[in-house]
Amino acid sequence: MSFISDIYAYLFYFATLVLLGGLALKILQYARTPAPLKIPTTPAPTTKTGVALRMTREVVLFESLFRGNKWTWIFSWMFHFGLLLVTLRHLRYFIDPVPVPIQMIQPFGIYGGMAMVVGLAGLWARRFFVDRVRYISSRSDHLILALLVAIGASGLMMRFVLHTDIIRVKEFFAGLYNLQVVTLPADPVLLLHLLLVALLMIIFPYSKLLHAPGLFFSPTRNQVDNPRERRHIAPWAKRLEQE
Amino acid sequence: MAKANFEVPALKEYAEIPEINPGVMAHSKPYKSKPEFQEALGFPGELVEDWQKQAINKMGDLLGRYRSLRVYLDSCVKCGACTDKCHYYLGTHDPKNMPVGRQDLLRKVYRRYFTLAGRLFPDLVGATDLTEEVLGDWYNYFHQCSQCRRCSVFCPYGIDTAEISMAAREIMDHIGIGQKYCNEIIGKVYKIGNNLGLPGPALADTLEGLEEDVFDETGVEVKYPVDQEGADILLVTPSADFFAEPHVDGLIGYGKVFHEAGVSWTLSSYASEAANFGMFIGSYDNMRRVALRIREAAIKLGVKRIVFGECGHAWRVAYSFLNTLAGPWDFLDPRYPVPQHICEFTYDLIQQGKLKIDKSQNDDMVLTYHDSCNVARASRMGDKPGGQFDIPRAIIRRVCNNFYDMDEETIRDRTFCCGGGGGLLTDDLMEVRVKGAQPRVEALNHVIQEKGVTHMAAICAICKSQFTKVLPYYGMDMDQIVSVHQLVSNALVLTGQESDDSDDAPSGEPENAAA
Repeated sequence: MSFISDIYAYLFYFATLVLLGGLALKILQYARTPAPLKIPTTPAPTTKTGVALRMTREVVLFESLFRGNKWTWIFSWMFHFGLLLVTLRHLRYFIDPVPVPIQMIQPFGIYGGMAMVVGLAGLWARRFFVDRVRYISSRSDHLILALLVAIGASGLMMRFVLHTDIIRVKEFFAGLYNLQVVTLPADPVLLLHLLLVALLMIIFPYSKLLHAPGLFFSPTRNQVDNPRERRHIAPWAKRLEQE
Repeated sequence: MAKANFEVPALKEYAEIPEINPGVMAHSKPYKSKPEFQEALGFPGELVEDWQKQAINKMGDLLGRYRSLRVYLDSCVKCGACTDKCHYYLGTHDPKNMPVGRQDLLRKVYRRYFTLAGRLFPDLVGATDLTEEVLGDWYNYFHQCSQCRRCSVFCPYGIDTAEISMAAREIMDHIGIGQKYCNEIIGKVYKIGNNLGLPGPALADTLEGLEEDVFDETGVEVKYPVDQEGADILLVTPSADFFAEPHVDGLIGYGKVFHEAGVSWTLSSYASEAANFGMFIGSYDNMRRVALRIREAAIKLGVKRIVFGECGHAWRVAYSFLNTLAGPWDFLDPRYPVPQHICEFTYDLIQQGKLKIDKSQNDDMVLTYHDSCNVARASRMGDKPGGQFDIPRAIIRRVCNNFYDMDEETIRDRTFCCGGGGGLLTDDLMEVRVKGAQPRVEALNHVIQEKGVTHMAAICAICKSQFTKVLPYYGMDMDQIVSVHQLVSNALVLTGQESDDSDDAPSGEPENAAA
């Protein structure tokens, strides 16, 4: 099995590099692009604290989506909150010793995994049954949903159907930190699960998953509504004044 | 009354989300701008030879200048929350009028030329080359967007189609394809000072006429001054206010309010336009050039304050961008915000109890209020978020006895656009204007049926012009749309005004008579 373990080790090094490097480049690009005009969607907060609160409500509660479409909100919130629980639960495979809060969250992580798949199924169903959403869906939209469903389903399978040797999985990832390749269990479901996760990491910075960092850079949401009080001027616009 | 060569949508009791009808508006497009209009704005006169290359270059340039464009083109997940939010989609059923559908016309080209996935797997991610067909779609559908920003309210990432439409129009102008209506008007502002091309002497004449009318009616000498150096306040108002009903009734109202406040004020014949169509075409340069005229006028006339009249997109540019484009305004009186909205000005006076008001003068009307899109979603009044909703309503309630809001889903930041904003207020786009007005008119119809509403007040010149033209298509009267300051004007009792309640009323000129 060491051949496959080698491949997976390199795959995860590569995926991590692409994910972190790609995201860092994107975030740098967003941060460096000026926002020349004040365009918050009003009524907008007039203070930075207010903006932080608005952004928190968007990130945690999906406030705008809640106003926009209740079905999409229910399914996407289920999916994202489930994903959060699952991610927290998975931390125990990557951290040693495991912090108490992470230990306590373990059973909820399982429910999170189920919520995640149900939410995804709901979102996917909308792409078939709502004619407007069907019209705007491209093949990549379906494929990303398929990928996430497959990750969720393969994960749940290891919990409920075909158990894997989780201790050895943990040793594999611990080994990666020290640049050592420890042999992975040769369970097909585990290998599939890990392959899909690596794939997700690789496409993240090049796909619509960029909505995650994008939200924080959205001028309609992250700007303070104070244009009369403060002059807001981008460097390239300032140059016009010197001409 | 009006004849249409297209089907006017039927008004329904409950708002319905229509099924998509692809391509049904593919024929709708505005007249193209002539070379002379293009060149006056610094754009090529006609389609340049290597237009594909230049368009892509311009897109790259804009991506580097506007974070909004970059982030919004990347972030959309096609969740569909915006699909039923655009009044043009609801009225036309064309899926390219869904905000995401409209954005994707630009996004699919962005993906093809600026993203790895689109370069490698165009079919997979819905990326396409910039072909003549795509350019045609851009021209048609980016001129079916009023940049009202309703979609941005509901998008989980705040993606604002106005930003995308503005960028698309900017790209098209840079390869020589402009829209006649907007570009011709911006040229008139540069040449004459306002959108209507109304020269200084004509403006002075009009204002003199107003003074006479108000004197005949009230017996009080209310002044409507122009180019008066040393005045305290420079009023900048849409040129429609000098020209047509119901706009001019609003202007009469501003004058009466200033008169009662005891302030000196003036208009400028050089900057005799509040609206800034540079925004409609997404051109920072042109927007700045138009805004700088107001600065020059303020300096030349030596005013201390700037007040804007009733106009939606004008107030957006004024409130949100004027400081950026034409500031700093440190030569003005720091005790007042720059600029101020006429509603803020009137509201302050009401709060201080400085206006004598006879509400019953508006008893012949039952009113509702239309939140104009750019005031509602892109500006503020007063010092609290949401002041732009509360202050105009507070004024209306103070000057009228009968006021009812339309359905909560269709007002405040969820307000429906009149259908004529963003450079669409032109006869060549009448079909999309009428269909785009449907959701607003439906909500209006609802309060007409339920509450006996007779009139709808608005604080935007485009809304007023648009409804005046479009309401008859739906079997309503053009004079059902009124200006907020028209209501103020009716109810305001001027100091020294002869009481007209008893004797004079029947013989006096009916104030609400509209064209």
